[in-house]
Amino acid sequence: MEIFIRYSREFILTLIVVFAFTTLILLLAGAPPLAAYYQIFKGSLGSWMKLGHVIRVWIPLTLCSCGLLYTFRINLWNIGVEGQVMMGAVFTTFVLRFGMDGHMPLMYLCAAFVAGIAGGAIWALIAGYLKTKGGIHEIFAGLGLNFVAQAIILWLIFGPWKRSGIASMSGTELLPRELWLPYVSHIRLSPVGLTLVAIAIVVTALMLRYTKTGLYLRAIGSNLNAAHMFDLDPRIYMLIAMIFAGGFAGLAGSIQVTGVYHRLLPAISSNYGYLALLVVMLSNYNVWVSPAVAFFFACLNVGSIQLPMMLQLDSSLSGVIQGALVLAALAVHAWRMRSKLLEEQADYE
Amino acid sequence: MNDIHLTILFAGVIAGAAPVLLATIGETITEKAGIINLSLDGSILLSAMTAFVVAYETGSLLMGFVCAALVGGLIAAVVAVFSVYLNQSQVAVGFVLTLMARDLAYFLGNPYTRLQGPYVSRHPIPFLHDIPFLGEVFFNHTSPVYFSLLLIGLCWWYMYRTPQGLKLRSVGENPKACFARGINPRGIQMLYAVCGGLFVGLAGATFSLCTKPGWGRPQGAEGTGWIALALVIFGGWHPVRAAIGAYLFAFLQVIGIYFQGWLPSVPAQVFQVAPFPLMIFTLLLINFFQKESVLNWAEGKAWMKSVLEVFSGTMPMALGRPYKPD
Repeated sequence: MEIFIRYSREFILTLIVVFAFTTLILLLAGAPPLAAYYQIFKGSLGSWMKLGHVIRVWIPLTLCSCGLLYTFRINLWNIGVEGQVMMGAVFTTFVLRFGMDGHMPLMYLCAAFVAGIAGGAIWALIAGYLKTKGGIHEIFAGLGLNFVAQAIILWLIFGPWKRSGIASMSGTELLPRELWLPYVSHIRLSPVGLTLVAIAIVVTALMLRYTKTGLYLRAIGSNLNAAHMFDLDPRIYMLIAMIFAGGFAGLAGSIQVTGVYHRLLPAISSNYGYLALLVVMLSNYNVWVSPAVAFFFACLNVGSIQLPMMLQLDSSLSGVIQGALVLAALAVHAWRMRSKLLEEQADYE
Repeated sequence: MNDIHLTILFAGVIAGAAPVLLATIGETITEKAGIINLSLDGSILLSAMTAFVVAYETGSLLMGFVCAALVGGLIAAVVAVFSVYLNQSQVAVGFVLTLMARDLAYFLGNPYTRLQGPYVSRHPIPFLHDIPFLGEVFFNHTSPVYFSLLLIGLCWWYMYRTPQGLKLRSVGENPKACFARGINPRGIQMLYAVCGGLFVGLAGATFSLCTKPGWGRPQGAEGTGWIALALVIFGGWHPVRAAIGAYLFAFLQVIGIYFQGWLPSVPAQVFQVAPFPLMIFTLLLINFFQKESVLNWAEGKAWMKSVLEVFSGTMPMALGRPYKPD
């Protein structure tokens, strides 16, 4: 109970700090803060349609967060998750292009999902090998691969996969309806996507909590130098963690193609990978908290789409709020640890 | 390619490298003191936005540069405080700040998008600029470019030839030992983190007031911060070698523009990402040349050893792990 009170106190303090900071920024931009907050709220939870949109953002965000939990357990900064989403989308589109005539859609969809997962995992493995064999820090490897993935998508859209007629930033040819994930028509939400996310959360929770792999990931993550005493090869477990992270990210890419955009776009990953890193940090690397944080972040993202139209503000306000949340949470947490330490020292003396 | 082309090419390299160079040297100073400021990409954008907006509103270029430097310093100070005093991961805080500063730049800079604003004009240095070839390459530039050239030497001299520089390096190597010698490691780390941040801020200002005048989304400076971070590693945490890296990078960029003309069928965006696979490849090469097996193999081969020396360079021992009092 005491822990609960302390956590909620931390939580409220974080919110107050972020609220004050955001209001200050809005005033600096000469915008009415309350109107901006109201627009974000109305734009995200104002109607069932909007909620459907929020959940469509929440799905890839949560999938990426689940994947990142594996890599964070072993202390890897899988910044390449963004590119892994993109490659998942590329592989998915590659398979679906064979089924453009609409025959046997179920087979093609299944194959496309497998390909998407494989695509993300392969991209993650490259980053993993660069880390374990090449000695390149995973941040640089992952980041470089993100840019490469982006270039591959642009090249495909403007080159081999260009729409008949003219190539444009709007992406490849729309997939035939048979290859779309089935969705609830009113809110345009796919039950398949939701089911997959639910499975991903449960699998991640079980993997990290109850399997040996989960235990080893954590052990190596907390002390790399002690790993060899238990006959563990950290490099192998790093690659395993990367495969999981890439697989989930690739799955997110598959859902983006088959369930949301129904084609390949330059902005197919929509920065959800980078955002997922913030989600996992803010949820303090907890499987069960991550989906909730992801939902809040999705609300901010969707809600701020309204801002340019209604208040002539840039929609990147959501990113500012999200970043401020993570920083404030880190600061509040660190401050509490510090004062606790000082108290203990005082007691000791 | 005739003489005139070469002059333009090299002058373009010197001018184009200025912002990357400033950011790289700034980060080298910060990392030499043991702090990794990962937020470079966002810092550069936010300071570029600040510089443009301030210069646009006040009409004073100098104010633009000063405010941009302060923004860079402030972000670096946040990273350093979180790390030194609050014991948080520098990578985590730096990464969050990268995204946040970028979004903040887009958000606050939105009303100033694609406006015609002030920019720094060229100041050919009298007499010197009349020297054939060299004059055109080195002495016909804007003041931030001259500053970037001066900074290379200045930074090297400060780091390796002054007592303050020795303190800076020793804190990055072993803060505990410094503490025992009566140096305050936390103060020094804060000082040089902010100091490096000021130069990063100037890099941003150089972008928006000089190299790519104006503000927009995208501005064109996106991704440079990451390149600068990689160049610090390429330079082996040595300011002069980092500067050489920055010039090499700028050279490749200029060459890339020529290539783009030759291969019009490839979309321009593909060329824009070319530095990043190159970055991975370079880091791979550096790591390869520092492997023990390679070093053993090169033993006794004089020319090979001199090649390897070019790629050697050690990370400050306490990089990323600031001093904790007992």
